[in-house]
Amino acid sequence: MARILPLWDAVAELIHDGDQVACEGFTHLIPFAAGHEIIRQGKKNLTLIRMTPDLIYDQMIGMGVAAKLVFSWGGNPGVGSLHRLRDAVERQWPSPLDIEELSHAGMVQAYSAGAAGLPFGILRGFTGTDLPKVNGKIKAIMCPFTGELLAAVPAVRPDVAVIHAQKADQKGNVLIWGIVGVQKEAVLAAKRSIVTVEEIVDRLDPPPNACILPGWLVSAICLCPGGAYPSYAQGYYDRDNKFYQSWDMISRSRDDFLAWMKKNLSNKPGISDFRDRFRKSIEEVA
Amino acid sequence: MTTEYSADEIMTISAARMLQNGAVCFVGIGLPSKAANLARLTHAPEIVLIYESGPIGAKPSILPLSIGDGELSVTADTTVSTGEIFTYWLQGGRIDLGFLGAAQIDRFANINTTVIGPYNRPSVRLPGAGGAPEIAGSAGKVLIILRQTIKTFVKQLDFMTSVGHGEGGDYRKRIGLTGEGPVAVISDLGILQPDHFCKELTLTSLHPGVTLDEVRTGTGWDLKVSPDLHTTPAPTADELLVLRELEQRTAQAHGLESR
Repeated sequence: MARILPLWDAVAELIHDGDQVACEGFTHLIPFAAGHEIIRQGKKNLTLIRMTPDLIYDQMIGMGVAAKLVFSWGGNPGVGSLHRLRDAVERQWPSPLDIEELSHAGMVQAYSAGAAGLPFGILRGFTGTDLPKVNGKIKAIMCPFTGELLAAVPAVRPDVAVIHAQKADQKGNVLIWGIVGVQKEAVLAAKRSIVTVEEIVDRLDPPPNACILPGWLVSAICLCPGGAYPSYAQGYYDRDNKFYQSWDMISRSRDDFLAWMKKNLSNKPGISDFRDRFRKSIEEVA
Repeated sequence: MTTEYSADEIMTISAARMLQNGAVCFVGIGLPSKAANLARLTHAPEIVLIYESGPIGAKPSILPLSIGDGELSVTADTTVSTGEIFTYWLQGGRIDLGFLGAAQIDRFANINTTVIGPYNRPSVRLPGAGGAPEIAGSAGKVLIILRQTIKTFVKQLDFMTSVGHGEGGDYRKRIGLTGEGPVAVISDLGILQPDHFCKELTLTSLHPGVTLDEVRTGTGWDLKVSPDLHTTPAPTADELLVLRELEQRTAQAHGLESR
C-alpha cells in the first residue's frame, strides 16, 4: 500500500546504491525533482534505465550517480546533444559509463515483458542494424508457428521505478493523463516505485478507462508540485523550452555544469518553489 | 513577403509535397515534423500524423520542439501509450509512410544516428536509434530529409542504425524487412531516389540554382545522376507564406528566436 512520504524520505528508504532505477516519462511528466533528490543524497553506482535520458539523466550522469545507462535515444530533444552524457561516453568523465542501448520499440518490449512477468520481450526489430553487434542481449528467436525470425530482448525489471503524475488521492491511487509513455509498464515491471505528484486530492473521480495506478501497487507517493519542471505536466504547466535551450549552454563545460548544479541543488528542496527556483536559474545564465 | 527562399525552405517544401493527402504518416522530430505539418496546412489536410510519444492524428498549430510536447496530445484524435504506438500501430502495419532525419546516410539510404567513429571510442556520441530502426523497417514507405554535405552523405556509415536498402537490390526482402524502404531522400540541394532495380540513390531533381557540381561536392561517393534530371519547382508564394507563418507562430509560442 502506498505511503505518502516526503520526497527525501522516499528516496533515502527506497533507492539504494547499486540499484537499477528507471525514471520514466516521455517528454511529459519527467520526474526532475526526484532525480535531483537522488543526486542530493549522493547515490552511487546506479544503473539508470530510461528510453530518452533527457536533461534529468544528463544531470545525474554528470554528478556521478550512474555506473551504467540503459536507453534508446540520448539527446536534448529539438536542441542537440546531452553534453554530460557525451562527456561520460567519449571521455569517461566524471567516471566511465557502461552503456546498453536498444531502440524505442525494443525498450517498450523489455518494459512490457517486465510488467508481464515474462523473461523476454519480442518484436519485429533490429533486422539488418548494427545494434545486436554492440548489445549482446539482443537475440534472434524463431516463431514456432511461422518460422519467422524475430528479435528478443530480456525483460527490464528495475529495482525502483520513479515517475511523476498529475494527482493522487489519500489512498495513493494515481491518475495520469496526456502522453503516458511507458510509465505504467515501468511501475508494473519494478520491485518498488516512487510517484511524485502535482497534488494530493480527496477524490480522483476518474472516468472509466483512465490511466490509474492503484495505491496498492505503488510504494510511495510524494507531493511535489512543479516536480516535472522543466518538462511539463498536462493541465498544470507547459514545457519550458527555453530551459532546454539554455541547458545546452549550461552543460557544455564541466565547470559551468558543476557550478550550476552546486548552486541549484545544494540545499534541501523547498518543494513548493521547485519550479520557480529552477525557472529563475536560467534567467541568470541567459 | 519576399518570395526569395532559403535552401532549408525549399528542402522542407519539396519534402512536404511528397506527402499525400490522407496518408498515415509516422513523423520524426525536427525537419520531418516541420515538413509533415506544412503538408497538412497546405495540400494534405487529411494527413494522419503519428508521433512516437503516443499522439495519433496530431494537428499542432505550432511545431513541437520535442517529440512529446503537449500541443501534440491536445490536438490529437487520441493519445496512446508509447508501447502501443510501436506495437499495434507501427509493427501492426498501419503506417503508410515513415518520415525520418539522419546524421549520416549512404548510397543505399542506410542511416546512422548512433556514433561517429568506433562504437566503443566514439569521437561523437550521437543520440542513438530512438524509433528509427523499426520505422525504417516496418513503415510502408520511408522518406528521409537531411542537409547534404560531404560529412552527411558518406561512402561508409560509421554505424548502421536503420536500414534503407542495405546492400541494394532485393536486400530488404532477403533479410525479412516488411516495408518497401526509402523512396526518396530530400536535401537542401536536391532530391535523390533509389534506382528501381539496384536501389542505389540517384539524383532525380536539382533545386533551382543548384549546380550538379555542388551536389557532387556534397556527396561522399560517385553520385549517380538520372538521365531525366528535373529542376525542383520553386516554392509558391502560398507555400512560403504558410511555412513562415508556422515558424513564426512556433517561435512566438516557445519564446525562442525563429530558427
